[in-house]
Amino acid sequence: MNAVNARDGCQLNATDAVQLIWSGDANLFAIVRLSLAVTLAATVLAAVVGMPLGAFAALVRFPGRELLVVVLNAFMGLPPVVVGLVVFLMLSRAGPLGELGLLFTPTAMVVAQTVLITPIVAALTRQVIEDLWAEYREEFQAMQVGPLARVRALLWDARFSLVTILLAGFGRAAAEVGAVIIVGGNIDGFTRVMTTTIALETSKGNLALAVGLGLILITLVVTVNALAWSVRRWSEKHAA
Amino acid sequence: MQLRTLVLALTALISPILSFGSAEAQDKSIVVASTTSTQDSGLFGHILPMFKAKTGIDVKIVAQGTGQALDTGRRGDADVVFVHAKEQEEKFVADGFGVKRFDVMYNDFIVVGPKADPANVKANKDIVAGLKAIYEKGAPFVSRGDKSGTHSAELALWKAAGLDPAAAKPAWYREIGQGMGAALNTASAMGGYVLADRGTWLSFKNKGDLEIVLEGDRRLFNQYGIILVNPAKHAHAKKELGQQFIDWVISAEGQGAIRSYQVNGQQLFFPNAAVSG
Amino acid sequence: MRDTTSDLPISLDTVTVRCGAVSILHDVTLEIAGGPPTVLLGPNGSGKSTLIKLGMRLISPSAGHITFGGRSSPGPTRSAIVFQKPIMLRRTAAANIAFALSAAGREPDAATISHLLSQVGLAALADRPARRLSGGEQQRLALARALARAPEVLFLDEPTASLDPAATKGVEDIIARTACEGVKIVMATHDLGQAKRLAGDVVFLAGGRVVERGASPQFFMSPSTDAARRFLAGDLVL
Repeated sequence: MNAVNARDGCQLNATDAVQLIWSGDANLFAIVRLSLAVTLAATVLAAVVGMPLGAFAALVRFPGRELLVVVLNAFMGLPPVVVGLVVFLMLSRAGPLGELGLLFTPTAMVVAQTVLITPIVAALTRQVIEDLWAEYREEFQAMQVGPLARVRALLWDARFSLVTILLAGFGRAAAEVGAVIIVGGNIDGFTRVMTTTIALETSKGNLALAVGLGLILITLVVTVNALAWSVRRWSEKHAA
Repeated sequence: MQLRTLVLALTALISPILSFGSAEAQDKSIVVASTTSTQDSGLFGHILPMFKAKTGIDVKIVAQGTGQALDTGRRGDADVVFVHAKEQEEKFVADGFGVKRFDVMYNDFIVVGPKADPANVKANKDIVAGLKAIYEKGAPFVSRGDKSGTHSAELALWKAAGLDPAAAKPAWYREIGQGMGAALNTASAMGGYVLADRGTWLSFKNKGDLEIVLEGDRRLFNQYGIILVNPAKHAHAKKELGQQFIDWVISAEGQGAIRSYQVNGQQLFFPNAAVSG
Repeated sequence: MRDTTSDLPISLDTVTVRCGAVSILHDVTLEIAGGPPTVLLGPNGSGKSTLIKLGMRLISPSAGHITFGGRSSPGPTRSAIVFQKPIMLRRTAAANIAFALSAAGREPDAATISHLLSQVGLAALADRPARRLSGGEQQRLALARALARAPEVLFLDEPTASLDPAATKGVEDIIARTACEGVKIVMATHDLGQAKRLAGDVVFLAGGRVVERGASPQFFMSPSTDAARRFLAGDLVL
């Protein structure tokens, strides 16, 4: 972040922040791109793992099911920094998965964020599917719908709620800094994302820049949500 | 189907990071564990491009507190360690985690405090006297409290003054457990004193009411050392590339690069490697 | 694979259904054979819905036996049901029918779907989200879903209880037409008029027991039990 002449002991200046955004700094663009890539990848992975897990917990009665539900619900509130620490210990060369050499890489950041948001996705999916199943149960029994068709139908009919769940996961991952800073190392040009840059620039006293980046981050999250909202409105009109 | 285009778009956005973990091994790159104060001073932004231009090696700096940086080296998560805590570094080598320690450069610590200077630290040229003044006045003092090189230096200086606020924990002694920038922010916000390295201070943008109140005492010199992580302990450590980096840093060229780094027209680091060439 | 075994006659032998300590159906012995529509008539809580669910094997007897076409297992394979408050899937009307077709092992092609929609008069609403249909339209869609199974027996549980007269007529017309096409109708209702309009034979239930059974005009004109007489006269039968 060397684009702008900062002033010593500067006061926060809104135009400074905006100017930084418009200057189209290539470094900034790379940071934004990495942030999106990491969080989107984590959200996709969490969906792939968490949604079937949630649907399974909703529909199948197995020993220990109650315990799984309690654990999933509790882990929705996992502190990101704790997740970061655990993943760090796993991926460190001194740890069990050290051979993979993944520490301080973007992949490690994706892993940490996936671990962080999968419980959210799974727990909320379970709730949504369970509620929907209670509603559809008799009809599905009467129509003699097989187990696989049942799961597919429930997931499809719950699609709007599921999209909202994914957005919740995305938001949680996009906002956190504790996990990615520990497993990523905040390496300049390699594992630096929006939240870690904000933390770094704040600690360097570059408050105007930090505020500017914060605005960008908020705009990004709002944009993603707005996109999802318009997709939903479009789908409702055309009743997919 | 819009589902398909969505999947394609997501893949295009995500694939750069998916390619990262594996390609990394073939890349010419090393991981150097260093400290936040060195990073924040901007030194790496200045010298690393020169090193890369010469050798094509990408140096990835993981900036942590000194304690954490040495731990990273111990775990084998870095190839080179570059910190400023001589005693801890020597122990690191003695314990077999590092190959050999080389002096690289020094900078100095300063005491910054509020312009009003309630403890009248400015009247002193001697660091021990200055610290005693703060202690007697009970003026707010921010400590990094994070086992960093700066923190170690701070504790050593209190000890030299015959005082131990870290143990006594009086209310005016504020341990924040964070880096230099955070410590300066805190001192600025509460009008307190803090021991800082000159490099971070010069590039710090939120000075507020703070200014230098004490400097120049010989005991405030801060020596940096560089160590190669021992490949005997960690076979995967990038021994050749790491050694190339160390060789460059202590060579005339590397030392010159360090010397040429300036902030606001002031040189921050003073190269003092024993071996040159 | 469509199998050709029959679900009829449905034969209950001293069937009791208990829910906890309470008996909903008590010692019911009954046979429902093919032919004109069988109407299960009786006040609310008399056990009509429970009897229908037994016929669809959605529940099992607590005591006694029930057989379908002479066999006790597997249960009915060629039956379908329309619930009193049918649940629409969160999709279009056409997609609901497609789902029912797939579940029945039939090909959900456009021709079949549109034929079924026309049968219930919903062809124009094929692309409307099913949840946005009116009460009467939803009932008709539920009928179409049931007919998608090409059933031998069609169970209906109070299908017009929450509909206005116009919608009721629409549904009754479809039921009558379906009966004419050879589908066995088993319908629960507490509406006397509806029973008179549609019944071929009547099973009168009260308090969880089969009180009387008879062919349609005879039952209404001269019921043989006191309870039936009082019900037809409009009294509350407890």
